[in-house]
Amino acid sequence: MTLVEPQRAVVGPASVPVPLEVNGRQHVVDLEPRVSLLDALREHLDLTGSKKGCDQGTCGSCTVWVDGRRVLACLTLAMAASGHEVVTIEGLADGDELHPMQKAFIEHDAFQCGYCTPGQIMSAVKLIEEGHAGTDDDIREFMSGNICRCAAYPNIRAAIRQVRDRAGGGA
Amino acid sequence: VRPLTYSRAAGIDHALVLVGTSPASAFLAGGTTEVDLIRAGVSQTEHLVDINDLPLAGVEDRDDGGVHIGALARMSDVARTPSVVQRYPAISQALLLSASEQLRNMASMAGNLLQRTRCPYLRDGVSPCNKRDPGSGCAALDGIRTLGPGGARSLRIDDFFLLPGGTPEVEHPLAHGELIVGIEVPGARSARRSVYLKVRDRQSYEFALVSVAAALAVDDGVVTDVRLALGGVGTKPWRARRAEAALLGGRADEASFRQAAAAELAGAVVRRHNAFKVELAQRAMVRALVHNQEGRQP
Repeated sequence: MTLVEPQRAVVGPASVPVPLEVNGRQHVVDLEPRVSLLDALREHLDLTGSKKGCDQGTCGSCTVWVDGRRVLACLTLAMAASGHEVVTIEGLADGDELHPMQKAFIEHDAFQCGYCTPGQIMSAVKLIEEGHAGTDDDIREFMSGNICRCAAYPNIRAAIRQVRDRAGGGA
Repeated sequence: VRPLTYSRAAGIDHALVLVGTSPASAFLAGGTTEVDLIRAGVSQTEHLVDINDLPLAGVEDRDDGGVHIGALARMSDVARTPSVVQRYPAISQALLLSASEQLRNMASMAGNLLQRTRCPYLRDGVSPCNKRDPGSGCAALDGIRTLGPGGARSLRIDDFFLLPGGTPEVEHPLAHGELIVGIEVPGARSARRSVYLKVRDRQSYEFALVSVAAALAVDDGVVTDVRLALGGVGTKPWRARRAEAALLGGRADEASFRQAAAAELAGAVVRRHNAFKVELAQRAMVRALVHNQEGRQP
């Protein structure tokens, strides 16, 4: 759904009102064009689940979905995300009912410090939807954009396997 | 981050006008390099023209067995397009082994061609670097990958990436405000079983030490068509023409592959930290060609 008429005119460098749809809610946020989607989420919408690790597209801790695809919020300008559907880790649970991937991460102790975890989970849910979770090799390859400083990788893979197998009709 | 202005182009003409208004304007596609370099203070861009609404994201079959790839097609989408997988498996593999899935979901194909060197001295904004400031005299040894450009002006891929010469900061022949609209990949008999090999320090999400794309057509044991290109060995993607010449008309066996690889690297000029690539590149070429003959990706 197109939410707004795109910014055909030149805007900035001062702030302008930018419509953003995040987790199904419409917001209008005053932003300068240089503000990243990550900073808009964290600093302007108080959605601090998406983490700022490297801020240069390397670590994956800021992974969110834009129009259903996993992307990096740190390299996305907030203005460029206007008119598109953004989903963050805060949009994953159904009220107090955690998403199966969130539950699996807890059950498999798939984190230590937890800083990369929101990005890992946002990536992992898409990984299964994309059909890239068939083997451990595939999981390793297609999760390589999410770095875990604590090296919880074996447990992350176990969590992903659990959700994959249950989604596939088992259990 | 320096202040920016922003606008969304409604069409190609609109985009060209918007970028043409100032030398400090730039097109914004996936943003994976552009936003990063602006934040690092390396790019001097002051106005971004968002071209993501332009209808340039399609991938279409060509009658000659090739494919047309729209400038805004995303790397992940192109890698999984059935006709690309069937007609150019090496391109699909090269894309899938690039970056991470998040970056491949964002990055456009034209932006990929224009990706700037990943050398630390370009990116830190402090070290002397003749890729950023002409004449400061560092040696940029890294390279970028290629698939093949085209568009309103048609540029051959061989002419698209420039050797440093006296203007190391100029990496491609596009004029300011010139927009890549598509990439033409012509049909090639050898391409349907082409392979791509990427040798790197880390198994995934890493640039190549050496990469090889190899396409070979063989009739009765004799090489009748061959395309061979190397990445990571020069300042531009390296078409291995000496090796191609050595292979064409000869036997498609490992001894021939070794000779051809040696012929290609015979003229290599090495420096202290990259001398290992001479042997590595030859082994990678042989391995890619052997795998090609066995009909499987390395």
